This record gives sequence, C-alpha cells and structure tokens, in this order.
Amino acid sequence: MTDPVIRISDMNKWFGTFHVLRDINLQVAAGEKIVICGPSGSGKSTLIRCLNRLEQHQEGVIEVEGVSLDGSVKNLESIRSNVGMVFQQFNLFPHMSVLENCTLAPIWVRQKTKQQAEALARQFLERVRIPDQADKYPGQLSGGQQQRVAIARALCMNPDIMLFDEPTSALDPEMIKEVLDVMVELAEDGMTMLCVTHEMGFARQVADRVIFMDEGEIVEENAPEAFFSNPQNERTKMFLSQVLSH
Amino acid sequence: MSAKTWTPKPARPAPANTVGFVGWARENLFTTKLDSALTLLCAALIIYVLDVGLGWAIVDASFSGDDRNACLKPVQGACWPFIDAKFGQFIYGRYPEMERWRVDWVFALGLLGLVPLLMPTVGFKRANVIFMLGFYPMFSFFMLTGGSFGLAAVDTSDWGGLLVTLVVAVTGIVGSLPLGILLALGRRSDLPIVRALCVGFIEIFRGVPLITVLFMASVMLPLFLPDGVNFDKLMRCLIGVALFASAYMAEVVRGGLQAIPKGQYEAAAALGLGYWKTTRLIILPQALKLVIPGIVNTFIGLFKDTTLVLIVGLFDLLGIVQLHFTDSTWATPETHITGYAFAAFVFWVFCFAMSRYSIFMEKHLSTDPNQ
Repeated sequence: MTDPVIRISDMNKWFGTFHVLRDINLQVAAGEKIVICGPSGSGKSTLIRCLNRLEQHQEGVIEVEGVSLDGSVKNLESIRSNVGMVFQQFNLFPHMSVLENCTLAPIWVRQKTKQQAEALARQFLERVRIPDQADKYPGQLSGGQQQRVAIARALCMNPDIMLFDEPTSALDPEMIKEVLDVMVELAEDGMTMLCVTHEMGFARQVADRVIFMDEGEIVEENAPEAFFSNPQNERTKMFLSQVLSH
Repeated sequence: MSAKTWTPKPARPAPANTVGFVGWARENLFTTKLDSALTLLCAALIIYVLDVGLGWAIVDASFSGDDRNACLKPVQGACWPFIDAKFGQFIYGRYPEMERWRVDWVFALGLLGLVPLLMPTVGFKRANVIFMLGFYPMFSFFMLTGGSFGLAAVDTSDWGGLLVTLVVAVTGIVGSLPLGILLALGRRSDLPIVRALCVGFIEIFRGVPLITVLFMASVMLPLFLPDGVNFDKLMRCLIGVALFASAYMAEVVRGGLQAIPKGQYEAAAALGLGYWKTTRLIILPQALKLVIPGIVNTFIGLFKDTTLVLIVGLFDLLGIVQLHFTDSTWATPETHITGYAFAAFVFWVFCFAMSRYSIFMEKHLSTDPNQ
C-alpha cells in the first residue's frame, strides 16, 4: 500500500467539556472512497471538518498529505486549497454569479488569470451538467443545482481530496439523484473522497470502505458488501435496520 | 346527431365602476366607511397645508427688493429678496469675493467626479475612485486654502456657509466609512488587545455628545500640544466629526457582519482564502449591502450634525443664515422664517438625494429574486 494521504491516530476532540471525538484512528489511501455514517450527534461531521481544520482537535495527530495539522501549521491555506469541501447547506456566495463563485479561489489563491479561471470553471460546470447557468446567481437556482455548483467550485481548485458533509441532506428527494450522479462520476474518475451521508445506495455503489460512528467513536469499518450483509456490532445492526427499513 | 360546434363567448368589457380611475379609487380610497372618512380627512389636511405653505412661499411672498421695505406688506409671506441679497454669503461665507471662483471649481470638479462614480453603468470605476480619493482632496486643499501656486491664502476662519457644511460632511462621510469598517472588524477580532481597543474607542465616542467632541477638539486639544504647534481649527473639527461618525458607522457595519452566516466563512476557509481575502471578497460585500439603509442613515445624521460646528465658532450654512438675521437692513418679521426655510430646504435636498440613491443602490445590488 502506498503512503496514506490522510493519517489520523489517537485523535480526540472536545467541544468545551463535551468529548465529541474519542480515540479516532483512520488511514485513507490515495483514490480511496470512504463513506461515514451514523446517527446524528455521533461526531461524523466533526471528524471530516477536522481534516481541513475547520474544527481543531486537542489530542492526537492528523496528517494530510504528510503535513501535520497542529497549531504550528504555517501553510494551512495551501492545505485547505488541496482539500475540497462540499457542505450540507451549499454555502455558495450569494453576491456572486455561479461563474464568479467558481473562479474566485483559483484567481485569489492559485493566482490564475481571469481567462484561465473561467475556462476551468466552464469545464467543471459542464462536468456537473449546468454549463448554461454560469451567469445566474445562486438564489436563482434549485437546491440540486446549487449543490452541483458547490461541487464544481471545489473541483476548480484541483483538489487531491474531496470532503462531503451530508451533501444531499438539505435537498428535495427529486434532486438527490442529480447530485449523487455527479459524485458517482467523480468517484469513478479516481478522486479520494470522504463522504458523510445517509445514502446507503451510494455507499454500496462507490465506497471502498464504510465507517459507522456512534458517540464519537468509530464503531465498525468494513467493505460495503460485508458491512451491509454482515455487520459485526449490535449497534451497527440496529442502525442499519433503521435506515434500510424505509 | 351532429357534433356540436363550440364558439368562444365574446369578451365583454369590465363593469365601468371597477376599472380606470373610478375603479382604482373604489378599491383603494373608499373601500369601507372608515377608509372613506380617512381619505377625506387626509385630503383636507393636504389641502390645508398646501394652502398655508404656498400662500406663504408664493402668493404673499416678496420676490424683489433691495432692503427690508420690500418685505413689509400688511400680509407678508416669505421675504425672498433677503436670500437673494445674502446668497453669496450663504454659499461661501466670508471667502473673499475675488477668490470665490476657486470654490466654484472645487464644487464643479467634485460634481464631475461624483456623478459618474455613482452611476453603476459608467465604466472606469477604478480610475474614478483614484481621482476622487487621491487627486480631488489634494486639489481641493490647495485650491481652497491657497498660499501656493500663486493663489492668495484664504484662512479657514473666512470659510463659511454651504462650503463649510460640505467640507465637514464630505470629510466625515469619506473618513468614517473605512474607519468604521476597520473598527467593526476589530471589535469582532480574535485578538483581545485589538478588540479591547476598538470597543473602547467605539464606546467612548458613542457615549459622549458630538458637541463635547468638538469642544475637546477646539479647546482642550491645543492645551495638550507643545507650544508653537497649532493646527487649524477647521481641521480639528474635521477629525473630531470623522472619529465621532466612525464610532456609529462601526456599530452599523457590525450589525451587517453579524448577519453573515458562519457557512460563508467556512466555505471561504475551505477554499484556502485567508482572513483579509475572505473579509474583502466574501464578507464585506454582503455585510455592507445589508446595512446600506443604516449607513445612509448615519450619513444623513452626520450631514445634519455638521450644524453643531457653530458651537466652536465655525459658520456652516445654518450658522451663517442665523448670523445674517442681525443685519438691520433686512430686519423684518419674516426674515427669520425665510432664512430657516431656505436652510431647511438646502439640507433636505442633500439628505433626500442620499436617501433616494441608497434605495436605488439596494435595488441595483439585489441578487435575490425573491425580494
């Protein structure tokens, strides 16, 4: 196995006095797709938010592409620019057009020219199948379209790793598929992905590993086949019976 | 049996009393008995106010004359010749008559730079901003004070009228916005010392009346300066007004900053943007747009507060109008009210223009189709 692009060892995090992540150990290889599931409050969002230091852990080590994310990290911005993130609430910049949303970081962080950035942005908007919405504002798009713009915006930075924090949870049922389709395509292209989601169909289809978390701990991790057909832990069985029954 | 043929009914005109002016009035003015009563009451009030106002300002007013005798009719309205005779004083104060062309140039160039700057469709915004913030203040400074480039020096104690009002207001407006933004950012900073300094500044300047600030600037400050160091009284007032207004501006801007969802900061951070780039590109454009009404409200308040410079011996528009009430050539019962009406009208024109422009800007900047 090649060196892991993400290495988490004995990581702990507290919100105030609340112990939200407990003794997390996880290694992710380049190109691996990992789906993280679990009940709400289990710490799964917090875990992936630690990977680009939107949340700071207090104990243990997190290494992203060989760089340790601790208080002394100098080039946090350059690490962040290599790790794309897609949020549950899209978090597009409402005062900018779709195209401007996508070109902003390439221009201001990657020092690309406006022409280069726009060409890149149009290419990725094409890929998420909304090339014709480039000049609209986020407020004029549907939720599914906004989330696809958010994915394109992250991809415009040419990230090595993509983090998805419940990307379909705020969407109407009809729009979930259009977002998942884009994510499946991205997975097929070999992107390293960590995805917090309740979409078990997606997990089955693309995940190399499924991780189940509860109470801030990784309870179980396995390949999707084994995970769904033969869960080892009682807690996992209960969770799966809840989410798969409807 | 043959199939029925269907022909659409011809459209009939709407009943006469539901369309046009009659329809509109029935719908909006006379819906219920109470509505009708209110409509008639308001109409009567409007007619009364117009009758009294126009009667005073036009019908019974005097329009020409050289002294008080023109305004001593038995039923006397406004005494407009007073304004006419004093107009130069009201605009320029005691600025020497031979040199007033310099003030005109400053006004004209300011207007020339401002109008295209305010119109979103006109290009060259960057050049325009550099012109207005770089060249124009220098030009105005040398033009108005003189003493170089072969221009006669004009002491600021001779400035007055609308000139002083505009100099104080424009400096206050241009100075308070950037300073207020910095203070607002500082107040939300993670650095405790920066935060404490900004909170202290804001609370001190917001906690005292503007008159106190002006007094401090003109009376107290010179006591703390070493002998021989003295800077201009108008300059000290300008700084005082700008600092005072910036404290208010900071709180307005802070309101906008607090309305920006946390997700915007996180999305910017996740893309690798640092603090200043996030602030400049993501946060401020949204926050300032949200608080345009509050910003303009502060500007309008500031514009009217400039009248307080009278307290430290500077004669702004209102001050100079009041000063001329003592002129015995124009001592009539209507002089005061005519002067005040004129001053009020000039202030209103400026404030109303700012208000309308802010509404235009809000609409222009809106990207939300649901608003």
